[in-house]
Amino acid sequence: MDLLDFARGPALQIGLYVFAFGVAFRLASLLLLPRLKDLSAARKGAPGAVVASGREIIRRMWPQSVYAEATRFTTINGYIFHLGLAIIVFLGTPHILFLKGLIGVSWPGLPTNIINGVAVITFLSLIAALVHRLQSPVLKAISTANDYITWLVTMLPVATGLLAISHLGWRYETLLAVHILSIAVFLIWFPFGKLMHAFLIFLSRGTTGAHLAHRGAQL
Amino acid sequence: MSTMTSPADGAKPIDVAAATAKLLGATSGNMVTYLQSCVHCGQCAAACHFYQATKDPRHTPALKLRPMLKAHRAKSSPLAWIGLAPALTERDLRETEDLIFDTCTMCGRCTQVCPMGIDVASIVQISRQAYAAAGLGPSDLMAAADASRDKGSPLGLTPEKLEERIEWLADENEVDIPLDKAKADVLLTVSSIETMKYPSSIVAMAKLMNHAGVNWTFSSKGYESTNFGYLAGNTSVARVMIERIVAATAATGAKTVVIPECGHAFGVMRYAAANILGRPLPFEVRHITEYLADLKRQGRLRLKPMADAFTYHDPCQISRRGGATADARYLLDGFATDFREMSPTGNFNWCCGGGGGVQAMGRAADVRHKVFKIKMDQVEATGANTLISACSNCRLTMDESKAHYHWPHEIGSLVEILADHLDDTARPAAAAE
Ligand code: SF4
Ligand code: SF4
Repeated sequence: MDLLDFARGPALQIGLYVFAFGVAFRLASLLLLPRLKDLSAARKGAPGAVVASGREIIRRMWPQSVYAEATRFTTINGYIFHLGLAIIVFLGTPHILFLKGLIGVSWPGLPTNIINGVAVITFLSLIAALVHRLQSPVLKAISTANDYITWLVTMLPVATGLLAISHLGWRYETLLAVHILSIAVFLIWFPFGKLMHAFLIFLSRGTTGAHLAHRGAQL
Repeated sequence: MSTMTSPADGAKPIDVAAATAKLLGATSGNMVTYLQSCVHCGQCAAACHFYQATKDPRHTPALKLRPMLKAHRAKSSPLAWIGLAPALTERDLRETEDLIFDTCTMCGRCTQVCPMGIDVASIVQISRQAYAAAGLGPSDLMAAADASRDKGSPLGLTPEKLEERIEWLADENEVDIPLDKAKADVLLTVSSIETMKYPSSIVAMAKLMNHAGVNWTFSSKGYESTNFGYLAGNTSVARVMIERIVAATAATGAKTVVIPECGHAFGVMRYAAANILGRPLPFEVRHITEYLADLKRQGRLRLKPMADAFTYHDPCQISRRGGATADARYLLDGFATDFREMSPTGNFNWCCGGGGGVQAMGRAADVRHKVFKIKMDQVEATGANTLISACSNCRLTMDESKAHYHWPHEIGSLVEILADHLDDTARPAAAAE
C-alpha cells in the first residue's frame, strides 16, 4: 500500500468515523442534558421557543448596525473563508466526485479555474484571520491551543489542495495523498475542537433566542 | 474531602469544592451549550463597557465563561476520561473574582454582538453563586445580601423605618401613601435606594397611582424588590426576598406587583423569581414604566406637556433584557416635546456601569467612573442638559460619577418628571374604586 492508498483508504475512513461518531456523541451528550424550563410568565405576544430560536439563528447571520464597525473585519473575513471553504468542498469537481462515492448523489461543479481562484482567496483570508489573532490584544488574551490547532487543520487542506493543483514540490500523487491526509486530520480534530461550532451555532443561537424572546426582548 | 484552602498570605480560606459543586450543579443543556460554543472571536469585547472604558483585554466577556468551562471540562471532556483535564483551582477563582463581580453588570450587551448568541450574563450569574459558595465576592455586596435577609433591605430599611418614612413623606408632601391596606389591586414595592436616597421617587409613584385612581398599597410584609441575594449569588437570600413579596401580595389579594425604578429588581422579580421558587408566580409583575404606560393607554394618566430638553438612559434589565423598551417612549410620547435619544439607545444603550450589584461594590468605584465617561459623551452629544432614567440604581451610579467628575448636567428620574407634570385639573376618566 503506497501513501496515496493509505490516505484514500484507512486514513480517510478513520477520519470519517471519528468525525461521525464524535459529532454524534457531542451532540447527544449535549441534547440529553436537562434543559431549563422558564417558569416566568411569557410576555404577551412572545413567540414560542421554536419560532424564536429559528428567528435568532437567521438574524444573527449579520451583526446589528450598532456593532457593524467594531465587528467589520471579523464578519467580512469570516464570511470570506467560510463561504470559500463551502464553495471549494461542495462545488469543486474532484470533491463532488468524492462526496458522490460517500453519499451516492452528485451535482454540477464550478469550473476548475474558478475553484482555484476561490481557494487562493480562502487561503489569503485564513492567513488574515491568523494575523488578526496574533495582533489583536483581545484575541491574544482569549486564544488557546484549540484556536491555533483549528486554524492549522483548516489551513492544511486548503494549502495542500493548492499545492496539488499547481503541481508544486512533490509529484502529484504524493501531494494528493498529503492533501487527503490533511482532510483526515481535519475530520479527526473536528469533534474535539472548536470546529464543532458548525453544529453548536444552531443550539447556542437558538437557546438565547428562546430565552430572550420569552421576555419580549428584541435582540 | 475538605478542600478548604488557606493561603499563606493570610487571605481568608476559600472552598474550591463548594464552588465546583455549584458550577457543576448548574450545567443544564442551556449553559453547557454556551460554554462549548465560544469560538474566541473576541467580538464581545467591543460591546462591553468595561472593555470599552479600560481597553484591558482581561475585560473581554468571553473570559468570564472560563471558570465554569474549566469545572465542566474537568468532569466531562475526553481529557477528563484519561485524567488529564485540570480541575478548577483556588488561584483560578481568586484571579477571576473581579471579572465575575466587579466588572460584569450582567447587562447583556455582549450577548447582542456574539455571533454564537452566548449569554455571558447567565453564566456570570451562576458563577457568582459558585464564588459566593467558595467564600469569595466583595464584602459590601455580601453584606447587602445579609442585611436584606436580616433587616428587610440592603440599606437597613426595616419595616419600622419604612413605616416612619412613609408617614413622613405623606405628611411632608400631602400625599396619600397607603401602607398595609387590607385589600388592594396593586402591591407597589420599593427599592431601598429610593427610600433612603431619592424619597421624592416614592412620593412621585404615590401621586401617579393616586391620580389614576389605582387601588394600591405598600406592605410592611414585603416591600424591598431589589434582590441583593440574587446579585450576590446567594440563592437562599434571593428566595427569602421573593417569598416576602409573594406573602405580601397574598395578604392584600393584589393581582399585580409593581416594581419601582430599579432594573435588576424588575429582572429578578419578573423573570428569575418563578424559576428560583420553582413555581409560577400567582400574580403579574410590571415595572413602573410598563404599569404607567398601561394607565396611559387606558386614559388614566393626564400630563401637562414638558418642554425641557432631556435624554433617557435605558436601564439594561428593563429595556435590553426586559422587553419594556417601548413603554418608556410611549410615556414620553406627546408629553415630552424636546426628548432626545442618545446614540446608541434603547436596546443598544450603554450600561451605566453600576448594574448587577456593581454599584454596591466600593472597590469598583474607579472602574465605574471610567465607564461613566461613555455616558457623559453620549449625553453631551445630544445637547440636552438633563439625563433621566427609570432605575434608581443607575441614577445613584450616575450621580456618584457626576460628583466625581463635577459634571454639570442634571440627572433625574422618569417617574418624578411624570409626577411633576400631572394634570390634575382634568381627573382621569376611568378612576377605579
Ligand atoms: S453582560 Fe455586560 S458587563 Fe457583563 S460581560 Fe457582557 S457586556 Fe460586559
Ligand atoms: S463574541 Fe461570543 S463567540 Fe466570540 S469570543 Fe465573545 S463570547 Fe466567544
